[in-house]
Amino acid sequence: MGEMPTPLAIPLRGIAANPVGFAKAVPGSASTVLEVRGFEVRLGEHGVAIVTDVSFDVAAGEVLGLVGESGSGKTTIALGLLGHSRRGLAIAAGEVRLNGVDLLSIPARQLRNLRGARVAYVPQDPSAALNPALRIGIQLREALSSHQIEARAIEARLADILGEARLEANVLRRYPHQLSGGQQQRVALAMAFSCRPSLIVLDEPTTGLDVTTQRHVLDSVRSLCCLYDVAAVYVSHDLAVVDGLATTVAVMYAGQLIELGPTAEVFSRPGHPYTRSLLDAVPSPERAHVLQGIPGQPPPPGRRPQGCSFSTRCPWVIERCRMEAPTTQSVGNQQVRCHRASELRGSMERKMLVPTVRPVTSKASLLSVEALDAFYGDSQVLFGVDLTVDTDRCLAVVGESGSGKTTLARCIAGLHSNWKGKLRFDGQELARSARQRPSVALRRIQYIFQNPYTSLNPRHTVEQIVSQQLRQFFEIKAHERAERTRAALESVSLNERYLDLFPDELSGGERQRVAIARALVVEPEMLICDEVTSALDVSVQAVIIEMLRSLQQERHLTMIFITHNLALVRSIGQDIIVLRDGRVVDRGPSEAVLDHSDEAYTRQLMADVPRVEL
Amino acid sequence: MLSRVLGGGWVLLAMAFAATTLGVAVGSAAGIYAAYVRGRIDGLVMRTVDVLLAFPQIIFALLLVSLVGPKLWLIVLAVGISHLPQVARVLRSATLDLSERDFIKVLELQGMRTHRIITKELLPNLVSPLMVEIGIRLTYSIIIISGLSFLGFGPQPPAANWGTMINTNRVAIVANPWGVVVPALLIALLTIGTNTFTDAVARVTIGLERRTEEAALLESAPT
Amino acid sequence: MVVVTGRLTAKRPHPIAQLLWRRAALGVATLLVVATIVFLATEVLPGNAAYAILGHTASRARVIALEHQLHLNRGIFDQYWIWLTGLLSGRLGDSLANGMPVWGQVEPRLVNSAFLVLVSGAIGTVLGVGLGALAALRKDSFFDHASSVVFLGVAALPTFVVAIALIILLSTLVFHLLPAVSMISPGTYAWSQPRLMVLPVTTLVLIIVPYMQRMTRAAMVEALESDYVEMARLKGLSERRVVLVHALPNAVGPTIQVIGLVFLYLAGGIVVVETVFDFPGIGQGLVNAVADRDLPVIQIIVLILAAFYVVINILTDVIALLATPRRRIAR
Repeated sequence: MGEMPTPLAIPLRGIAANPVGFAKAVPGSASTVLEVRGFEVRLGEHGVAIVTDVSFDVAAGEVLGLVGESGSGKTTIALGLLGHSRRGLAIAAGEVRLNGVDLLSIPARQLRNLRGARVAYVPQDPSAALNPALRIGIQLREALSSHQIEARAIEARLADILGEARLEANVLRRYPHQLSGGQQQRVALAMAFSCRPSLIVLDEPTTGLDVTTQRHVLDSVRSLCCLYDVAAVYVSHDLAVVDGLATTVAVMYAGQLIELGPTAEVFSRPGHPYTRSLLDAVPSPERAHVLQGIPGQPPPPGRRPQGCSFSTRCPWVIERCRMEAPTTQSVGNQQVRCHRASELRGSMERKMLVPTVRPVTSKASLLSVEALDAFYGDSQVLFGVDLTVDTDRCLAVVGESGSGKTTLARCIAGLHSNWKGKLRFDGQELARSARQRPSVALRRIQYIFQNPYTSLNPRHTVEQIVSQQLRQFFEIKAHERAERTRAALESVSLNERYLDLFPDELSGGERQRVAIARALVVEPEMLICDEVTSALDVSVQAVIIEMLRSLQQERHLTMIFITHNLALVRSIGQDIIVLRDGRVVDRGPSEAVLDHSDEAYTRQLMADVPRVEL
Repeated sequence: MLSRVLGGGWVLLAMAFAATTLGVAVGSAAGIYAAYVRGRIDGLVMRTVDVLLAFPQIIFALLLVSLVGPKLWLIVLAVGISHLPQVARVLRSATLDLSERDFIKVLELQGMRTHRIITKELLPNLVSPLMVEIGIRLTYSIIIISGLSFLGFGPQPPAANWGTMINTNRVAIVANPWGVVVPALLIALLTIGTNTFTDAVARVTIGLERRTEEAALLESAPT
Repeated sequence: MVVVTGRLTAKRPHPIAQLLWRRAALGVATLLVVATIVFLATEVLPGNAAYAILGHTASRARVIALEHQLHLNRGIFDQYWIWLTGLLSGRLGDSLANGMPVWGQVEPRLVNSAFLVLVSGAIGTVLGVGLGALAALRKDSFFDHASSVVFLGVAALPTFVVAIALIILLSTLVFHLLPAVSMISPGTYAWSQPRLMVLPVTTLVLIIVPYMQRMTRAAMVEALESDYVEMARLKGLSERRVVLVHALPNAVGPTIQVIGLVFLYLAGGIVVVETVFDFPGIGQGLVNAVADRDLPVIQIIVLILAAFYVVINILTDVIALLATPRRRIAR
């Protein structure tokens, strides 16, 4: 990859994600830059409410972390801070005051002059937000020249911001597709900071980046915010990232702000049950604990209940919550939208259950891989990979993007056939591709795909999808097929109601559970899970991980768990191998590898994982 | 007289349906199969498509009809074949996209046979491009067949046909304007009607898949 | 992998050169196959071509004479070889209808048709792209909806119906502004009588504009609703700059593909238009040759059109590639 961190970019640090030298600013100590009051967005001018009653302040030098799961409305708010709404949506009410000027009520021309100059935006996906037809230089210069900065000053400023964002001058001549993901995001950062705005809005700028790249980008964000004393709003679904960066945190649920306060206090003594539940779902890279998912799913716009929108999933729900929508109340330094805030804050205990792991009885290996070389066309992606997976155990395969971890899984499953070496399953050699393997071998190894949005045929019902698998491997009567289908769905907590639904009627988590049921219904011995939670929200991820763990224990499954997320390994993997550029660089029991590895790369990865400090 | 005129419409419509069925059935079968199995068969299909595309549609039909004579079945066959390359291309690109999806990989891991994957799993997901193609090809069939008639290579008398009527009556257009205006209006009504109807059907199917029309349109364009 | 420093070490052939070579080779192969098919179709399939041409009442002597002229007395491979080498060396043979050299008849027609296609294509492109871009910029406005309804209707009309409608409207029944036929005096070319060009050009333009408008609109809407255009707006750029600098360059690639398709469509469209207006081009020439069963003329015209297809295809691909940095420049 093109990430060449300069020495400046690697401040040595231990567990803390906040490097020495960049102290968190104290809220309230500086002048307020942004005031949001009663902000509301609807589907069309008078349609269904998407985001309602959002109010908060951000001061100069302060970073506000706006966290929430998908569909909570956080991107809608982020864009609203620039007076913008996506096609079909309309800002229906409220004020967004930037240094006292309400962006929602000024003429379009004036708003245009403020955008880019006083308030800047860093997009989630720079590969889509940078114009593919224009060189980087043009895209950086136009941001400056359109805001009346003189031609001579522009070149000097360009040199400054490239240095600040740790970019080489030659990126100016390049097109976006010629840069790596990390470089693209730095360009977007440089662009946003170029006019020295007083407010900067960052919309999940590190999604999709590897942990090390993510840390470098976060370091840049932190130092730039500090250097120019700007107010920043950092939107993220990742609580750990926000914890390391934000002075204040705002938690979104179903289009509302449900908790707001200093990050350390909110995360250590949350006042809202949803914040508590969200924190319990986050896997920790330090210690294994049972992940607590949140059952159910957030109500979509238009179907939000009349009372508290979290009441349908809240463990602390009382009658009043269902009848009456709570208003925001102050508890200590926190603003909480909950009837029971003062009573619950700090008293909702953190459930840190340690997972029970059944002692391993046999030490026989079920799968062995010897000297595996894999290729895509002419380029080699795996180099002499050796590994064994013991019966009944879960092997986690960890690596960054491009490390070859998915290719390894695909070779074992027979989806990728361009490889050399030996694969042995239960003593039998496996043929190169699934097409050449006998039906029995195919049944015994089942594969679960990363993205549940593409792994289910959108034209078939849940029942068809699961029973189809049975039809392929067993010659059994229709009623028995129906029976087993039902049982398999039951084992992933999906009742009969789901049988006739189509995939697009299901949430992401439910889809992934159907995919698991489809694998389990044919009673496999080995399960290959390829990044199965990376497309899901953290509260859903927790549900899926716990489900997989208990299924593995109950059914004596041997599992290969592919992931880029080291914190997850702690919760599910018993053994671990670390892949880097197609080679195994580290291996062993997961505790040993994660806690005291001799391998520098593994230690670096561990150090770069963002984490929630408690 | 009126029934004779309207009868010409029925013949035209029936021929257009037959040509469309032939072109879309064979073209999509070739396109889908080539895209799914890839390799040499794909190369062969695509080269054939390239060669067929080098004949403008109406000229291909003209060529074939000129050799054997304006027989009804031959016109249907010629127009049908002239649709093949476009249909095959569109369905091929739609299938290429689809066969990379994981739900197809799942079936390969089950060892499901190719023809079953194509008919039971791919085909239901290709309804919307198929509907679009049927619509376009039906309109084009009517246009080409009536064009051939106008050029004098349509179904021969006694079968009444609008294109021929226009061609023979247009010399006397000033003396007897209705001889030209009526059949021209009828053809216009028929093609506009067909196009509007099939366009609506296509929009509904695209809408059901929740894609933007623009994206679907750009995909349907052969590139 | 990303090259961070230095220029691309270009051992690989340049993408454009590579594409040109590949497409040119494929094009030549395509033409060869087309030539073979045309040969087989016109000379072998329909039984005895001499009888087919002369009719079944022809005298035996005339049939034998014609068979000689067409080399029908040789084996099929010999016939093919004679025909192909003749084609490549420019000896295209004589017309069966009047005994004159084929090229002498086809060449002036080719020039007229080329002029017709070029003029209609140029006008149609300007109108179609302009109207499409305008509709995209005013998406969901009255203009957008109205133009899409009108064009949906016009797009469905067969060429000869449009031509007849124009004749009725402009040169016979309603107004008498323009000549209903475009019989260009022999020995002169089409551009010397511009009045005669108006109706054929208008017909072709009306036929191609709806398609161009629709596709340009789609490409432009796609670009305008992209993330990078949203980003450009959030950077505070003027709407003018957003459209001209950010959206437009990304709509150029797909639009060029559409322009190529339209020119290919015109190659078929001239057949009907030239017949309706008695315009002396290769389209009318083909229809006459088909009616006369004038095989050498049919062959040469079909091959010209196929060559046009191959050339236009290569041109569109190369220009579209040049207009798309993402595809033009390797990482």
